[in-house]
Amino acid sequence: MKKENNKVIKVSELTKRFGNIIAVNHVTFSVNEGEIFGFLGPNGAGKTTTIRMLTGLLTPDSGDISIEGINIKRNPIKAKTKMGVIPETGNIYVDLTAKQNIILAGRFYGIFMRELNKRADRLLEQFGLYERKDNLVRTFSKGMKQRINIASAIVHDPDILFLDEPTPGLDVQSQRLIRNIITQMNQRGTTIFLTTHNIEEANLLCERVGIINKGEIVAVDRPEKLRRTFEATQSVEISFNKSINGDLIEKSNLVNRTEKLGDKWKLYTDNPDKLVKYLVKFAQDQDLIIVSMEICRASLEDVFVRFTESKIHAN
Amino acid sequence: MQIREMNAHFFRGVIVTTEKNIRIYYTKAPVMIFGLLFPLFMFLSFYLGRELDLYLFFPGLLAMSLFFTASSVGPLITPWEKQAGTYERLLSFPVSINTIILGDILAGMVFGIIINMIVLIVGLIIFNYSINIFFLLFGVLLASFCFSSLGVLLASPSVRSPSHIMMFSSLIRFPLIFISGIFVPLENLQGTGRVLVYFSPITYLVDIFNLSFRGKSHIPLIIDFTMLFVFSVIFVSLSNIFHKRNLMKGL
Repeated sequence: MKKENNKVIKVSELTKRFGNIIAVNHVTFSVNEGEIFGFLGPNGAGKTTTIRMLTGLLTPDSGDISIEGINIKRNPIKAKTKMGVIPETGNIYVDLTAKQNIILAGRFYGIFMRELNKRADRLLEQFGLYERKDNLVRTFSKGMKQRINIASAIVHDPDILFLDEPTPGLDVQSQRLIRNIITQMNQRGTTIFLTTHNIEEANLLCERVGIINKGEIVAVDRPEKLRRTFEATQSVEISFNKSINGDLIEKSNLVNRTEKLGDKWKLYTDNPDKLVKYLVKFAQDQDLIIVSMEICRASLEDVFVRFTESKIHAN
Repeated sequence: MQIREMNAHFFRGVIVTTEKNIRIYYTKAPVMIFGLLFPLFMFLSFYLGRELDLYLFFPGLLAMSLFFTASSVGPLITPWEKQAGTYERLLSFPVSINTIILGDILAGMVFGIIINMIVLIVGLIIFNYSINIFFLLFGVLLASFCFSSLGVLLASPSVRSPSHIMMFSSLIRFPLIFISGIFVPLENLQGTGRVLVYFSPITYLVDIFNLSFRGKSHIPLIIDFTMLFVFSVIFVSLSNIFHKRNLMKGL
């Protein structure tokens, strides 16, 4: 059951420095019980540092973190029992079998062996690896290893699941399986905190997203609301039968920015209607055939780029 | 969190970490090489071609074997886990760094005791010692904890490659062997050697073993046990400081 007002993760004025570099700078946000919260940011933005502080691996220089009302600085062990963590660089033991890895994880949480065996078998079934349960993990593919990684992190049925970049480099099937598992767990009431580079993944899964850049939170809201903030970032995608010079279109003064995507042009505009009419006329004048044309609303990626770019420019 | 619950988490974490280490690291090549082959070859190079009274030197050789075996697992675990990417996952479980350190120490300790018991039994079969079993076993327990703590301390520099740590650990462990009174009895040492010998924890175990096997000791027994305890406290405390400091380095 989702409770919007019940904030299971509360982060307040979180700051972490490494020498002279401020990796995370007065970050404040909260995550509601039962929601999937996406934490987005470019490389080096402070995502992993933040998640490491939230999961008790790093101690913040200042600020507070509360996990289900438990202050993680004061009581890290109790807070850790409430969460499952899939770290970005976290791996499983390749010298153990798939089942041994899940059982090892479960034992740290004090689950009795009989129950643990049942849970391990159920998870292996769920992740499609039951037949390989007694094989050493070193013989597994990257996708299979990541499935065992996730199974090990959820064997104790955590209230909150932290995933730090769970899908990069995985095959499409593994990515879909992992997304399905995340969705299923969330439907059963688990709060999900997901950091990702993959905007599409955040778009598919997250109810709210936080965008971090240069260690500072630049936006926290629902993806749809963020998109609406950037209605001006509408675009027209067009492709012609021949290559054209982008400067010719930019001369129209209707285009804010152009991007070449393969044989297509993505033209950012405040007025798609006028631009489409202009493009049709332009094609007639230049004796071009329009192969495809589409008006696109601001995507989450556009929002992300705008937030992070403006910050970079401001800096 | 209730104190009882915290203790339960702590002890469970230590036991599970120890079991994990035993299962994964005992059969790793560096442990085999530095823990078993090295003391064997050192014994052979010391013994072959010389007319030595093994009855006299067995206590020292047993101490050397315990030192090498108990301190061979610790240096490997943390660098291996950092290299394999499992360290961050381990830290994400409800454990503290102290839990991990103690689990690593226990794993080395168990390895040292098992191998040492085999060497001891062989020695007892070959030589007809009348041993003081209490001092012997207490000495083995305390010294294996001490040596294993040293091994864990040696793993604390922030490197990702286990081979670097194994080289570094040899740099520390070999001098400790040579200044310990294993190869030259304490009473025969002179000059600087006579002073240096007290800086090696192995010296005190050799002395305990000499008393247990032959009824002769050079240092009062209470000093032997106290010094092993003091060395253990120092190694564990330094491990705690350095492992905490280098926790996230090399991840």
